[in-house]
Amino acid sequence: MPQVNLTVNGRSHTVEVEGRTLLVELLREKLRLTGTHVGCDTSQCGACVVHIDGESVKSCTTLALQCEGASVTTIEGLAKPDGTLHIMQEAFREYHALQCGFCTPGMVMSAIDLVQKHPEGLTERQIREGLEGNLCRCTGYHNIVKAIAAAAEVMHGKRDTLRPAEVMAAG
Amino acid sequence: MDGDLKARNRTVGAALRHDSARKHTTGEAAYADDLPEPPGLLHAALVPSPVAHGRILDLDLSPALAVPGVVMALGPADIPGKNDISSSGRSVEPLFAEGLVEHWGQTLALVLAETRDAALLGARAVRPRIEALVPVLRIEEALERQQLLLPPMVMARGDAQAALAAAPRRLSGEFRCGGQEHFYLEGQIAIAIPGEDGEQTVISSTQHPTEVQHIVSRVLGCDYNRITVECRRMGGGFGGKESNASWIAAAAALGARATGRPVKLRLPRKADIAATGKRHPFLYRFDVGFDDTGRVLALDATLAADGGHTLDLSGGVIMRAVTHALNCYDVPDVRITGLVAKTNTVSNTAFRGFGGPQGALLMEEVLHRVAAATAQHVDAARERNFAGGPNGGETPYGQPLEGDLIRRVWAEAKADARIEQRRAEIAAFNAAHPYLRRGLGGFALAFGISFGLLHLNQAGALVHVYTDGSIRLNHGGTEMGQGLFIKVAQVVAEVFGVPIERVGITRTSTAEVPNTAPTAASTGSDLNGWAAHAAASAIRGRMAEVAAEQWNVPADEIRFEDGLVRHGNRAMEFGDLAELCWKKRVSLSATGFYRTPDLSWDPVAMKGRPFFYFSYGAAFAEVVVDTLTGEHRVLAADLVQDCGRSLNPAIDRGQIEGGFVQGLGWLTCEELWWDKEGRLRTLGPSTYKIPGSRDVPPALRVRLLDSAPARVETIFRSKAVGEPPLLLATAVWNALRDATGLAALDLPATPERVLMALRAKG
Repeated sequence: MPQVNLTVNGRSHTVEVEGRTLLVELLREKLRLTGTHVGCDTSQCGACVVHIDGESVKSCTTLALQCEGASVTTIEGLAKPDGTLHIMQEAFREYHALQCGFCTPGMVMSAIDLVQKHPEGLTERQIREGLEGNLCRCTGYHNIVKAIAAAAEVMHGKRDTLRPAEVMAAG
Repeated sequence: MDGDLKARNRTVGAALRHDSARKHTTGEAAYADDLPEPPGLLHAALVPSPVAHGRILDLDLSPALAVPGVVMALGPADIPGKNDISSSGRSVEPLFAEGLVEHWGQTLALVLAETRDAALLGARAVRPRIEALVPVLRIEEALERQQLLLPPMVMARGDAQAALAAAPRRLSGEFRCGGQEHFYLEGQIAIAIPGEDGEQTVISSTQHPTEVQHIVSRVLGCDYNRITVECRRMGGGFGGKESNASWIAAAAALGARATGRPVKLRLPRKADIAATGKRHPFLYRFDVGFDDTGRVLALDATLAADGGHTLDLSGGVIMRAVTHALNCYDVPDVRITGLVAKTNTVSNTAFRGFGGPQGALLMEEVLHRVAAATAQHVDAARERNFAGGPNGGETPYGQPLEGDLIRRVWAEAKADARIEQRRAEIAAFNAAHPYLRRGLGGFALAFGISFGLLHLNQAGALVHVYTDGSIRLNHGGTEMGQGLFIKVAQVVAEVFGVPIERVGITRTSTAEVPNTAPTAASTGSDLNGWAAHAAASAIRGRMAEVAAEQWNVPADEIRFEDGLVRHGNRAMEFGDLAELCWKKRVSLSATGFYRTPDLSWDPVAMKGRPFFYFSYGAAFAEVVVDTLTGEHRVLAADLVQDCGRSLNPAIDRGQIEGGFVQGLGWLTCEELWWDKEGRLRTLGPSTYKIPGSRDVPPALRVRLLDSAPARVETIFRSKAVGEPPLLLATAVWNALRDATGLAALDLPATPERVLMALRAKG
């Protein structure tokens, strides 16, 4: 059986795979990183998004063997070892940008890539367009867009901390 | 019961995060497929019918067994109990088709293999021999053939025919709406793990663990006490995991029984869409009588639902459609007939709103037609016909509506949306633009809260306090993202006066709270909140007695707040009192039970009080339509939703936003499409379009109706919020008609349908 050498969340792995093994299967079944989800099987819903060498990719339509030598980051690799969340995770949590949570890991991974690709800043419209490849059936996207906008301000150095979430202040 | 409890500790009413918010963002929240797989696990796959209607001549499963890795294949003859997965237990709804197949994708058999790929390959290798029969695919055709799954359901008041004859003006109409795929992001899944003495633990992504228990037991032919069903969370449910989760679990359990090994059945997305029920499409026909002022005097309407090939929950769906057919409007003489047509399509099922959204479309169409005929704005016709005030205030089934709340939500939504100013802006835009047309549409809602099946209006809870003062909460409700677990935990924290962190939330299990109702009909927090309140209050009462004895004061003067137990200047930690109770041999565990009071329903007369109360809401939506292509967008929406005294405004707001967008999908872009052979050809997100991030209104303004505690004894005077906001999206349909001037527009109002309607209009 062929082998693939790759780094996942900073740890290097050599894994035996079949030629047809998908990256998401390698992550979920071989490495037990189950935060990356399979929603639609056909790369439209985005629940499976991870980063390969910093770029967001749908792991349900990426072959494991394509990742030879690559550095993969999954949702499990975002928070610091002490548990401090990535600002994008913090924003989703703080802005109630999640309900059932199944799409959340993919949303967060796509959102980080989107923000990184727009160092000049992001409008809400750009966020809506950039999230086209991630489906959410619960939230209606409203709070997701707000969360990403808030995290982007911090990631772009415009603010030190998240703008307070209106939704949480409502009560 | 003290329904007017004020939240002293302010845990109830606080905008707390979803209980799993952090875990959702880190990927630690485990869904069924994320759990470590038990040793020896087999994977299962379904063998689907390749035709929509036919006689099974031969089902040879041996080709599956020839696929490497396949361990076993099971058909109807291998079922030790009954081949019946109906919720009622009285219908013929087979797990595996026998004799006849009645829809494309219907399950014929189950293949078990060492890997999921082998199971899927094995299932694909089976070539059933079926003599094809002509499928009935349309409601009209089923009605012509009198193929009904239920006797007609008739709700009447007065004499609709006589009043129609006497009415100054009269018109009739026909229209239709489509179904809807749930598209929960986590597909159907169950894992059955065999134990000793015929026991099984079934981990199921289900809204109804008790029904999973019953149907697994029925299929296996064992006592309910052999089967324990657990669910920590679902990746979305929306009604799609109310009855459909049960047969998925039963198939897995059958595999586990036959092999003695754990079995996981996780449907691929295409198989999930092909094999599981959807929202019922409806066909409407009506005769309406009215006067020159637009007052509707008489209505005789038939609502025909496409039930698919079996009954499933269609009886409840049509009951809710019929009882919501007048929505918040009054019609003095009325007859509404509900029909459930049998077609050769997958059996339609619960979907958020459960027939209510379809029912409420009727008066929208009627009011548009009446308004056009009397040359007035549809919103004037609405106001002329709201229940209460000068009009009748009772539903045709005899339950009063709160006319003041209908008018209040409507007036507030109008004010929020600044409709006079917006209408002027829209008129100016439309006058200036060659082909884009904007429009504004309103909608008002009265949605009945309670299960239509009276006996389902009950719930249980189990609460333990440990001697360190930590609390363990379990109840019969399930978590599908809607935030039920945090809301019920808020209730318990409030009762004990402890911080929310002291309340441990646990998975739903039939072993802890038995004989439960599904988490459905928006009733999750109403029912389970009260049950948990009862359990917590029982323990608090005992704890208060112990504190009272310790301090030699009356028990009713003991207060539980800020994590402390207090009397006057004396206080002790909640945990210290728990420890003291244990030492004094006082129980710190209790069950709680609740049943909704004052409900009654006569299903023959169609009269009674089926709903504990009504949830009210109103909305305005603004759209822009490209009249050259039919494409349209929602630019803005203003929603006012009655949540009573909200248990958690952040969670409720999320339900409103998400429900509205799901309704928007149903009405505008989600279209199920069957070919002539009855094969569903919209089996995934590439062909079945659910709203994406660009399809939702960039300006979505949501407001919870203020200072409106429930007028009946709901938990802390809150109101349900799961389903009603979905209906608020009906405003978008109305906005599309306003923009285009179309007199008729069937649903879903896809760009194609809008374009065709515009062409037909000329």
